[in-house]
Amino acid sequence: MSNAPVNNGRRRFLTAATSVVGGVGVVGVAVPFIGSWNPSARAKAAGAPVEVNVGKIQPGQLVRAEWRGKPVYVVRRTEQTVADLAKFDDQLRDPNSEKPQQPDYATNAHRSIKPELMVALGVCTHLGCAPTYHKGDFDQFVEGGTDGFFCPCHGSKFDMAGRVFQGVPAPTNLMVPEHSYPDENTLLIGVGQGEA
Amino acid sequence: MFTNFMAWIDKRLPVTDCWNKHLAQYPAPKNFNFWYFFGSLAMLVLVNQILTGIWLTMSYEPSGDGAFASIEYIMRDVDYGWLLRYMHSTGASAFFIVVYLHMFRGMMYGSYQKPRELLWIFGMLIFLVLMAEAFMGYLLPWGNMSYWGAQVIISLFGAIPIVGDDLTQWIRGDYVISGATLNRFFALHVIAMPLVLVILVFLHILALHEVGSNNPEGTDIKKPKGSVKEEDKSKFTFHKHYTDKYDIVDAIPFHPYYSVKDIMGVAGFLILFCWVMFFAPEGGGYFIEAPNFEPANGLKTPEHIVPVWYFGPFYTILRVVPDKLLGAVAMFGAIIMLFALPWFDRGTVKAMKYRCTWHTINLIQFAICFIVLGILGTKAATPLNNAIGTVASFGYFGFFIALWFYSKNEKTKPVPERVSG
Repeated sequence: MSNAPVNNGRRRFLTAATSVVGGVGVVGVAVPFIGSWNPSARAKAAGAPVEVNVGKIQPGQLVRAEWRGKPVYVVRRTEQTVADLAKFDDQLRDPNSEKPQQPDYATNAHRSIKPELMVALGVCTHLGCAPTYHKGDFDQFVEGGTDGFFCPCHGSKFDMAGRVFQGVPAPTNLMVPEHSYPDENTLLIGVGQGEA
Repeated sequence: MFTNFMAWIDKRLPVTDCWNKHLAQYPAPKNFNFWYFFGSLAMLVLVNQILTGIWLTMSYEPSGDGAFASIEYIMRDVDYGWLLRYMHSTGASAFFIVVYLHMFRGMMYGSYQKPRELLWIFGMLIFLVLMAEAFMGYLLPWGNMSYWGAQVIISLFGAIPIVGDDLTQWIRGDYVISGATLNRFFALHVIAMPLVLVILVFLHILALHEVGSNNPEGTDIKKPKGSVKEEDKSKFTFHKHYTDKYDIVDAIPFHPYYSVKDIMGVAGFLILFCWVMFFAPEGGGYFIEAPNFEPANGLKTPEHIVPVWYFGPFYTILRVVPDKLLGAVAMFGAIIMLFALPWFDRGTVKAMKYRCTWHTINLIQFAICFIVLGILGTKAATPLNNAIGTVASFGYFGFFIALWFYSKNEKTKPVPERVSG
């Protein structure tokens, strides 16, 4: 450009150093902008995990918990109920829980961590109504059945693992939320096994 | 008086020079047909969207509790609120109709080829931002389809391995789509995206005026300086920015010739636009979908979650792939393919009419596949629909692959030096 005496090495170093420091500044300034998109403290509080004392649930009893505005059904299944789960496999839409309606650790025959405890959202996967728990009189909906869930809105039927029967409007099994057991009698809904 | 005033201005800001360079003395090929309406129509719709959008924000309430009710308030209680909203909602669909036709024009006449690659890229960026803008805008009425449509699209990001779930939560700002999501979408929809859109449109036009407009013959109207006999040159006065470097043939000034022609296009467009706006503002359930007449409800899924029609083609591609991640990859890939079109086409002949027959067939099959994909995107995913969608998806991607192969040693017809007639 000109013949003015220029120390090019020093100029390059200063340019590079300024760029690096400036770049760090840009990254630093980006932090609040990106961070402000995270769930706010209010959203976090509203979505906090919910604890349920499962020690007092009698065999066959259903307890409703509320988590993130949705009802969660917790049922203590009897040994007979667990044993009967496989009975209607050929009448279910997704007997092996292949659709991602549950966390990986609940992708098993009983769709839960403990075989005796069923945990599922009480929200019909059709249009979001609350299925009703039919204990002992489920045979009016499914021949030979004893216990199950029946959605009063459009007649969807689910078994004691929240699996949907064929020929009903609901497309998928009931959603199993992330859950875990910090101790023997405490169920923590909203925190997955091994996450906490 | 006025002359003196303009002289005073021009000394301080090149207004007259800019007017001449980009309008009154801008050389445009003399053979533009009706396909060339859609660029200026897109600008018209953009102005419509910005204007009606500003007015809508005056009565709209961006909150989970108030949004749906404020739309009803606009529709029922605000004077002319219904008209402003229908101008905006019909404008959104019109925007995509016009832009899709504008893009297809470019594909037919090879307007993406060298040296117009960057012009095409800017156009594609506009398309991309437009899709983001439309998607975010669709959440704002806080109807049930708004809610579930956003649910489906945002959950797409969950398909990304490892970071997916955290990313979707970051986008939503909550564990479910909530007022927090609505508020940030509102901010992006009314400020960030329109700003980016206007800047991109400016760059698109600047790039266009640097390389010059293509035409249906695909010939170059700018010849090397000194290569054209005086009597063959265009008789009009063009800005020295162009005549200093080139001899201009077969050109007319954009203004008044094409400004007047475009007004004619605007008139035709407005007849159709107003007909929809006044007589079928819901567009038969395609422009405003039925489930959107009830408020967002996280517990009640609409029977069929379908996107608005203009996302149909890409939504179908997403849906026919059985794997969630691969589906998302295919959907974004479909858009990437369009971006890369200037490099898929290895030919040098621009206009469809001088290229090989295969090219015409390929363009027609692409258009058909695109329309079929679009129709399927608004229908339920039955096995038959999925089968048709798979075939059409292959047609869509096949267009680019086939083009890459046959354009290398293509048998083309001779391109005339000059615009005929």
